[in-house]
Amino acid sequence: MTHLPASTSSQGKTDRSQPALVTPEVLIAPPARPTWIAAAPHARGSDDKAETTLRISSFCSWYGAFQALHEIELAVPKRRVTAFIGPSGCGKSTLLRWINRMNDLVPSARAQGTLDLHGEDLLSRSIDVVDLRRRVGMVFQKPNPFPKSIYDNVAFGPRLHFRMRRGDLDGLVEQSLRQAALWDEVKDRLKDSALGLSGGQQQRLCIARAIAVGPEVLLMDEPCSALDPKSTARIEELIADLRERYTIIIVTHNMQQAARVSDVTAFFFEGRLIEDGLTEHIFTNPTNKQTDEYISGRFG
Amino acid sequence: MRSKLARRAVEGVVRAILVGASGFSILTTTAIIVVLTLETTRFFRSDGVSFTAFITGFEWNPLLGAEKHFGIWPLICGTLIVTIIAMLVAIPLGLFTAIYLSEYAPRRVRAVLKPVLEVLAGVPTVVYGFFALTVITPLLRGIYAGFEIYNVFSAGLAVGIMCLPIVCSISEDALRAVPTSLREGAYGLGATKFDVSVSVVTPAALSGIIAASLLAVARAVGETMIVALAAGNLARMIWNPTEQAQTMTAYMVQIFLGDASNFGVEYYSAYAVAATLFVMTFLLTLLGHRIRIKFREEYE
Repeated sequence: MTHLPASTSSQGKTDRSQPALVTPEVLIAPPARPTWIAAAPHARGSDDKAETTLRISSFCSWYGAFQALHEIELAVPKRRVTAFIGPSGCGKSTLLRWINRMNDLVPSARAQGTLDLHGEDLLSRSIDVVDLRRRVGMVFQKPNPFPKSIYDNVAFGPRLHFRMRRGDLDGLVEQSLRQAALWDEVKDRLKDSALGLSGGQQQRLCIARAIAVGPEVLLMDEPCSALDPKSTARIEELIADLRERYTIIIVTHNMQQAARVSDVTAFFFEGRLIEDGLTEHIFTNPTNKQTDEYISGRFG
Repeated sequence: MRSKLARRAVEGVVRAILVGASGFSILTTTAIIVVLTLETTRFFRSDGVSFTAFITGFEWNPLLGAEKHFGIWPLICGTLIVTIIAMLVAIPLGLFTAIYLSEYAPRRVRAVLKPVLEVLAGVPTVVYGFFALTVITPLLRGIYAGFEIYNVFSAGLAVGIMCLPIVCSISEDALRAVPTSLREGAYGLGATKFDVSVSVVTPAALSGIIAASLLAVARAVGETMIVALAAGNLARMIWNPTEQAQTMTAYMVQIFLGDASNFGVEYYSAYAVAATLFVMTFLLTLLGHRIRIKFREEYE
């Protein structure tokens, strides 16, 4: 497949020419599209020549008897930023955590369908999760540096997976920290505890730690939700840079953020993928009424 | 409705009871310290006794009539050998059990293992003493005939088993206090369960584990019944754990149970030994406490 998924899923396409059912307060105050959407720099998502890295099809997931995801169909384009948006509990984090099989740690979680990464089914029993998690890195909601030195945090993954000479490891640590835009701030204190860094620095350290093992895909689970606006802006700049090298999937509650950083957006609601497509398209002209209401802040 | 006066009276009485209860333990501790200090001073004032000889002497034979020597080191030697053997048993076994319980054990195994360890902690030490003398020693003698009937090795093993639940339960608390986010961070980098336990969780819980070990050391140093029954009654400098030796606590038992004429120098010498022991365990407890406070700060 050579084009981006721009169509909606089969779920609830609404005809926008028909008057939708609206609540009285909406009638009183007609929905004005927030100004930040018009200001969003989504020009870079406009190419449609991106290859697909990850194809999700007929994907369902359960926690015990509760079905968290229903029949998800989605193509994640290579070296683009894909944002998963939707209200809490809509299943977006669940989907993210299946992509590197973090849900294996949850005893009640199970899934069916296909997560196809370059022809490999990630749900297959033969998948080596250790190798998968090297190829599909993850950044978590709260910065979670290990209580070790800055250097040892970044070197942790490489030490697990590769036999490296000291000098090579030093080089890799530096390169990873540079890529995570943290090198200049920490180069003189690599031996200091990572817990002494600020929250934003810690999160960039976690990004450096994730890219040090050379992943192809980076999963980010609300990476800025515990950070202040300034640190958030730095992480967003960083995501724009990392996009050159990695396929990034970011879960976010912050729609401005999704509009700012992503090329493709997928909107989830109650375990279903409601609409996905170019971010530009989703935020300016969503096909689905629920998407429209969610992004314009009327619920969620 | 109670009157304001009645409420105040109740408050006052409750307060008095609580203050009294907590004051009681402080009073007891103070009384012990006072008695120890007074009697120890009396010992050092006796004829033929000097503090320097006590603290540097390598000969301890208080019951030899005219040839009395009060050098504490043989007793410290016995105590140290028993403690070292005990810790070689308790710390690794306790820590491995704790790691198993906290990281590996399925809920059902935990539900059995935890109570078993609690039972182990509740066994009276006199039972361990008899166990050492009637089970461990014959077993050891079956393996190697050179073991004396009373030997510090057997006593050390029993003290180690006794200390195991202390090391295990406090270490386990420390391991479980390590935030799940750290484990997820490591799993997300492709770490195996073993990597996570050894490279992330155990180092993160290290101060708690050290505190647990120090508490166990303090417990082993102060253990009395087991060593009085199984380790022997000869105060001498030995290296060989197959031989018998006397510990500080065993000496005190010997004196206070009537081997010595009351109120002679040898009687008061037991107080000096007790004071030495008190200082040792007090320092260990203090150190453990310090480390635990540091440990608590790390994740706040």
